[in-house]
Order: sequence, then structure tokens, then C-alpha cells
Amino acid sequence: MDIPHLVKMANQIGEFFSAYPDAELARQEIAGHLQRFWDPRMRNAICENLAQAEAEGLSPLVAAAVRTLAHQA
Amino acid sequence: MSLPRETDFGTPARESDKLVTLSIDGIEVSVPAGTSLMRAAQEAGTAIPKLCATDSLEPFGSCRLCLVEIEGRRGYPASCTTLAEPGMQVRTQTPKLAELRRGVMELYISDHPLDCLTCSANGNCELQDMAGVVGLREVRYGMDGKNHFDCHSSLRQPKDESNPYFTYDASKCIVCNRCVRACEETQGTFALTIAGRGFDSRVSPGESQPFMESECVSCGACVQACPTATLMEKTVIELGQAEKSVITTCAYCGVGCSFKAEVKGAQVVRMVPHKDGGANHGHSCVKGRFAWGYATHKDRITSPMIRNRIDEPWREVSWDEALNHAAAELRRIQGEHGRSSIGGITSSRCTNEETYLVQKLVRAVFGNNNVDTCARVCHSPTGYGLKQTLGESAGTQTFDSVMKADVVMVIGANPTDGHPVFGSQLKRRLREGARLIVIDPRSIDLVRSPHVEASYHLKLMPGTNVAVVNALAHVIVTEGLVSEAFVRERCEWPSFEMWRDFVSRPENSPEAVEVVTGVPADAVRGAARLYAKAGNGAIYYGLGVTEHSQGSTMVMGIANLAMATGNVGRLGVGVNPLRGQNNVQGSCDMGSFPHELPGYRHVSDAIARGLFEDEWGVTLDPEPGLRIPNMFEAALDGSYRGIYIEGEDIVQSDPNTQHVEAALRAMECVIVQDLFLNETAKFAHVFLPGSSFLEKDGTFTNAERRISRVRKVMPPLGGKADWEVTQALANALGHPMNYRDPAEIMDEIARLTPTFQGVSYAKLERLGSIQWPCNDAAPEGTPTMHIDEFVRGKGRFMPTQYVPTDEKVNARYPLILTTGRILSQYNVGAQTRRTANSMWHGEDRLEIHPHDAESRGIREGDWVGIASRAGDTVLRATITERVQPGVVYTTFHFPESGANVITTDNSDWATNCPEYKVTAVQVLPVTQPSEWQQRHRRFSTKQVSLLPKHEKAGV
Repeated sequence: MDIPHLVKMANQIGEFFSAYPDAELARQEIAGHLQRFWDPRMRNAICENLAQAEAEGLSPLVAAAVRTLAHQA
Repeated sequence: MSLPRETDFGTPARESDKLVTLSIDGIEVSVPAGTSLMRAAQEAGTAIPKLCATDSLEPFGSCRLCLVEIEGRRGYPASCTTLAEPGMQVRTQTPKLAELRRGVMELYISDHPLDCLTCSANGNCELQDMAGVVGLREVRYGMDGKNHFDCHSSLRQPKDESNPYFTYDASKCIVCNRCVRACEETQGTFALTIAGRGFDSRVSPGESQPFMESECVSCGACVQACPTATLMEKTVIELGQAEKSVITTCAYCGVGCSFKAEVKGAQVVRMVPHKDGGANHGHSCVKGRFAWGYATHKDRITSPMIRNRIDEPWREVSWDEALNHAAAELRRIQGEHGRSSIGGITSSRCTNEETYLVQKLVRAVFGNNNVDTCARVCHSPTGYGLKQTLGESAGTQTFDSVMKADVVMVIGANPTDGHPVFGSQLKRRLREGARLIVIDPRSIDLVRSPHVEASYHLKLMPGTNVAVVNALAHVIVTEGLVSEAFVRERCEWPSFEMWRDFVSRPENSPEAVEVVTGVPADAVRGAARLYAKAGNGAIYYGLGVTEHSQGSTMVMGIANLAMATGNVGRLGVGVNPLRGQNNVQGSCDMGSFPHELPGYRHVSDAIARGLFEDEWGVTLDPEPGLRIPNMFEAALDGSYRGIYIEGEDIVQSDPNTQHVEAALRAMECVIVQDLFLNETAKFAHVFLPGSSFLEKDGTFTNAERRISRVRKVMPPLGGKADWEVTQALANALGHPMNYRDPAEIMDEIARLTPTFQGVSYAKLERLGSIQWPCNDAAPEGTPTMHIDEFVRGKGRFMPTQYVPTDEKVNARYPLILTTGRILSQYNVGAQTRRTANSMWHGEDRLEIHPHDAESRGIREGDWVGIASRAGDTVLRATITERVQPGVVYTTFHFPESGANVITTDNSDWATNCPEYKVTAVQVLPVTQPSEWQQRHRRFSTKQVSLLPKHEKAGV
């Protein structure tokens, strides 16, 4: 899957939940959203290419959520 | 023999707690206060003669045929305009009344041609019936006096045949005003009037113009109301009166109008809106009533076809060969590339039973969850947003609820074009005095039309919905307009506090966001106060809400507003998504999304999954599958290579056409099941003939969750209904499916889906239609949701931070393009383009504001190039102030327009619903079609040449 495209989509999710005052809750919600709505190949692609994704601009909050996913996998 | 006529009560039903008892011809009858004598008599079984009265219209009292005698009163009052009173003694038939009525009929007939035997209304003419009822035996005045029918008469008007669907023959007009009143009361267009005075009076479209040149929207209400052959369907003139009628449901928009299909054998003569239809109450629009000829259009492809590559000729084969070939290809791809390398798309134009079977095929037979539907590109944010906040992915009301609304807020929807029958009902309510707020970048008709004017039109810049909804919320919270008692009782208080604190921030005030939204702050404040203090405030919204990068956020913002003001859970209020397609609600209900089983249960829910696993005898994948845009990405990276598409044209309807085309070209097996060789089928390897709504049984579910029967009136032209094709494909893949009819499929849906538990064909037969949830708690359905508590228990407020879209204007792309649809055409146009509806809209045009046109040297009708970051196309320009400076607009009904060549693959953050409504573009005059259009023309010509010879002739 195209990593820059996934980064854009993931950052959009992050921007929505960043309105939560509680950052930890936001991180959980982002991870939960990716888990519930992204096909595994999309999740795997971003988890396995996290360094590239961060270089492409993945926000720190979303990166933290992706690490949670990678840890669960 | 003609069809039996429905009982016509003459005047509309009245609602009242008070009953009035009177005597009619010695029979005692009790009716609600406000009921006419005419209706009361019919309730008692007595049909009083009438011509100008019909129960869809308010009484008019002009024909003088319905006279009655009332004990103790002088004269002969008209029974249509005289209300029932307690103790009245009414006589409907006396020698004097008979004499008066015969006299009236004599006058009518003296100016009416006596060509009954050759008249198109023969067998269905109320004038003829009344002449018989009153016992007319002679016309003492003769037929040689001044009249409108004699070919030598100076009063005779030529027959108006300008409308493609009906004729207007003034010589047969009895000036009953029913057509004029239908245009006003039922449709709300006010296109008709009576021109002239006295004997010269005749019906006049506009200012005595032909129908096609008037404001008439061709809804046909006037034709239906006409008691003679004055206004008559051309199909009836051509074919004669029908011999039977079948009640079915329209296959166009999400209003889901009920129709009587009047047929002879297997030939449709006309479609008549069903008076008892819960969504439409006997009204319809130009599409539903008239635009059904596509079903038998010569372009239909009725034989299965296969080919190995898309540059090869199609080969007509048997159903068995096509299905076995498709099955072998799908299994080969899975064998080579894994279980998840194939998937399917269900159709929101097909029935519930058919969409259910396609998702079952994908989940149970393909063994993955790669199933999606066109709701992805329209209302998927509604599903997400309402589930998160209210707990159910559906609108909260019935359409009739609007008649109890005090303030109606219409956001990003154009009901008079997109959902015309609801649009008419809404206008009726507005004429009664309800106030209107419109939030839309364009001046849609509702903003100002006859007898309707919006109190506020928040003409925002496309892409700033969330900023506006936050500003509305800011006013409601900071000015103390929250319904705190409702929120405390019905909602999660901590979520409310979080939302309240968020929207109260100064950056969300109307004054702060004005620079972004373009909406004056005082207008936002006024609109917020009006809605919050409404009494009953109802919100209706459409794709102008959902098709944005923040579509889901906006849906949640709307739900937040409704909860904060206590506008949920009763008649007259609510959150009402206006669904685009006839069965988009149903296709979502039936588990068409890759993450949800039927009934909106997540695939990771082991208990729900277990139900289906037990029923289907397979193990289901607990992981969500690919959504349509993800399928394209996966096709381009090689992990997704086979797709079964039932009744959807993704190449024309999905954004960034060139990206979609590239994805389809990358796939090894594209199976298209459709009526026509649509744009997607040009990239297909297997074509399976689909069936129209006239050719099969099933159910559709409309925007108000109303499940209605679709009934077969003609055999499938390709030999199989769509559900039979999917079933045969499953069998070819080795998974037995042996449903005998769609009723059995619905029984399975009911067994597995709590909200459908009480639904059956037998109950639908009895009730006519059912609004889900229908179960033990609500055995006859649920018209209004969330009455005592929200489906999720407590309503949940969600924060809705405004995030500007990435699709920004700059010097290179200085304008914003937004897209929409028009009354006469429907979505990709596959159906309506193959009807005379194209007389109203024969091409997609680009609407541009005069300032933007002038600065570019663009004149009305010029060819203009529209370029975006995704591509470019060429359309003709229409210069109009409906759009604001900086914004251009087009429809997307014609494939050669390439509207979606320009739209980008930006999408909603939660659902990937494409951002059709915001594309940065430049518009400049040009002299030739775009490169894509030239390529598309060559490709389409080539694809048609690859069809079998007899099919080419038609395409």
C-alpha cells in the first residue's frame, strides 16, 4: 500500500481525535479506529513501515497509536 | 376491462380528537370534526357525484355537482365545502338534486367533444362516469353553440404535445382547477393557472406557454388529478388503459415512493403514485412517474458475456459458462494471491435481499470482508457519525414528521431536485408557516421560491461546514439556549461538558470563523437562536454534509446540535439524512460495509459473527476488509485482483477517474452485473445481465427506514433476477445457496438481525410497509427513533474540531468546484439518460458566477476547460448567480463530461467517503475537448465495437 497515502489518512484520523483534552484517550481512540476500520494489509503496511511513515510526516500522536497497534499484533 | 378505481373520498382526511355524529340518507356516521359532508358520506358508503373534488386536494366548490340538502337549511350547499356538524340530517339524493345535477352536467357536456369511444380516457373518465351517474340523457343546448372543441371554433387551442410524457388538450378541459390545485398544493411549483374569464377560462402553464417552456417540473400531479383526457400520459394514448396494477417501489432516490405499476400483460402502461404509500401519499416526481422506459431500452444487454482481456471482443456465452468461468477465475486468483485478493461491491439500486446475498457471498464464500457499497461515496459518514452519537446508523424520523416541525434546517441538501417528493412535502409545511434555515454554498430553489423564503441562508464557502456548525453550537451554548434538562436526562454528561467547553472557545464564535466561512456572524447567531428556540427544530441534510474530508465530523456536529437543544425523540424534530439512492439505507442495513455484518454489528463481535457462522456453516474473518477506495489502492499494489460488482458504475461515479481506471486495468478479473455496458463494464472480463426493479421481487428501504415491497411486473430480460445470479455464482464457487424466492432470504435476514426480527413478506403484505426496528418490542415497526432513550443508551456528544481540507485554492487553482445532481437526471444517468428526461438536461454544464466569468472572458454557452490537481475536462458554461464568486458547480450525469476526472481522492477521515464537494480548480475558455475526453471517446468507441454485433446496434 502507498505509504504517503496511508500517512495522510492516518493523520486525518489523528486530527479528529486530537480535539480530546486527554491525549492518552486520543491515542487509544486512534488505535481503536485503525483496528476497527482499516483492512489488516493497511495496518500492517503502516506498522511495518513506521520509520518511513514518520519521515513522510506521520504525526507523533498517530505514531504512538500505530506503535500500540504494532505491539498488539 | 379497465382497472377498478380506488375509493376517492373527495376531500382530505382530517385529524381531530372530537368526533361529529350526523345522519346521511338516514345512516348515522361519526367523523372527526372538520370533515366535509362529502367525505362523511363516502365513509358511510355513499358516493356523492363530484368533478372538482378529489381527496388529495383541498375542497374548491366549483363544479356544483356535489350539492346536497340539509334538513332545516335553505338551498343546496356543496358537500365538499360544507363541514359535518352534530345532528345534521343530510340527503344526497332527491328529485330536486337529481334535476340540478343533470342541469350542471348538461352545461359541461355542451362544451365537451362527444368522442368518448376514441378518447384516451375511455374507461377511466370521471366526466363520463358522472354523466352516467346523474342520468344525463340529452343536451338541450345542442353541440353547435360557442365551444372549445370544434375545429372551426376560434376558442379551440392546438393540443400541447411539448412535454415528452403527457399531452394537454384544452378542448377537453372542464376548468375544474384540479390540475392547478395539484400543482400548488401537492407539488408546490405554482406553474399552472387559469387564464381568461368566464367561458374563455382555460388552464395555462406559465403565461399561456407550452408546458415545456413553463416552470412545470413534470411531476405529473396535474395529469393524475385531471378527471378527463385533458392532461393524459402519452403511454396511455398509445397503449390504452391498463388491465391490472401491481404495487411496487420506485428505484430512484431515497424517498422510496410507492407506485401502482399499471400494466397490460408484461408491458407497463403507466406508473401511478400509490395513495397509501407511506413515504409519498400519492405524489411522485418526473423520474419515478415517467422515467422508467430504460427498463426496455435497446441498450440493455441480456446475454452473459466473457473475454480474457479488455481489448478482446466479448463472447456471448450461456449463464453456466459465464458463471463457471467467473468462479474459476476468482478461485485461481485466490489460489495465486491469497484469500483476500478478491472482493465485491453490493448495489444500492438492488433489493435488500440482493445486497444481503452479495455480502454473504463475499463473507461466506470468498472468505473475507472485502465488501463495500456505493454508500461509501455518499452517506458512509452518516453511518459512522450517527452510530457514534445516537447509537444507530439511520435517520430518526418519518418524512411525515416534517409536518410537525416549527423550524427546518436544511444543510447541504437540495430536496426539490434530489428528493423531490419530500421537497414538496417540506414546501407544504413551509407554506403553513414553519421557518426555514438553509446552509448551502448555492442558492438552491428552497432559498426563495413561490410562497417559500428562507429566514436565513448561510451561504458558506464549500469545505467550511464544521466551522459553521461549531459556530451555531457556540451561540447555543454561550447564550444559554441548551436544553439542559434533556441533556442531563438523556445524554452522557461528561461528553456534553467536553463538547460545551470545546464549542465555547472564542475561536468557534461566529465572529471568529466568519473570515473562513464567508457567513456573516449575525446571520449565524440569528439562525442558531431560531433553531434552538424553535419548539420543534428538525435538521435535514444531504451529501453536502457527508462528501467532505470532515463529513463524519459534520454529521456528529449535527447530532450534537439536535441533542443539545432537545430536538430528538418525538415528531417534528430529529436528524434526517436524505439518502441518495433508493436502497442506500437498505444496502447499509444489510451488511454491505467491510467492517459490519447485517444490522451494523462489527465483524470483530464474536457473538454476532457466531450467529452467521452457525447459519452459514462457515468460519468468518474477524478483520475488517477493504473499502472501495482501499480496493483501488490494493489493486495498484497487486494485492487485490478480482472483483464482483453488482449494479454500480465506479468508473463514472467515483472520484479521480484516471486512478479508478488504472486500478481496474491492474485487475485480472472484473465481473460486472448490470443493465447496460456502463463505464465500469468497459473494463470488465465477465458481464452478467442485471435486472431492473420491474423484473424482480424484493424490498427496498428508504431514508426513513421504511421497508417496502418491490414486485415483479415483467420477467427478467436476461432470464435471471439479480439475486438468482448471485446465488448461481455462489453455487458455481461450491457454496450451495438454494433460496426459492426473496421471501426466504428475508426470513434469514430476520433470523439473524435483531432490528429486522419481526419483518416478513406476510407482514409487509398486511401493513404495506414497515419502518425498522421491527421486533418484539415494536411489532409493527418504529416510525420515530430514540423516543425514551437513545439506541446506545445515553446520547454521546463528540468534539468536532474544524480542520480545513487539504484541497486549498491557490494562484494556479483559484476556484472551488462543488458537484451535485439535478431533478431530471439521476446520478450516473444510466437510467435517466435513456429516457426523455434528457430533454430537460441533455448535458452537464459548469455553473459560474458572472464576476468569475467576466474576468476570464467566458460567455454563456462557451466551452471551458476545468483543471484540477487530479485532471481536467471541458464543459459548456452557464453563467448564474446561484453560485457565489469563487465557486463553480457541475452535475455528473454524463460520462463524457468527466466530472470525476477533476475530483480528487481526498476523503473523509473516518470513512474514506470522497470529498466530491471541494476541488480546487481553474476555469478557462478552450476550443476543444480535454485530452481525457478525447481518449475516453476513442476508448468507448473501441469498447462498443467489441460487443457482439446485435448488441452494438443498441449502444
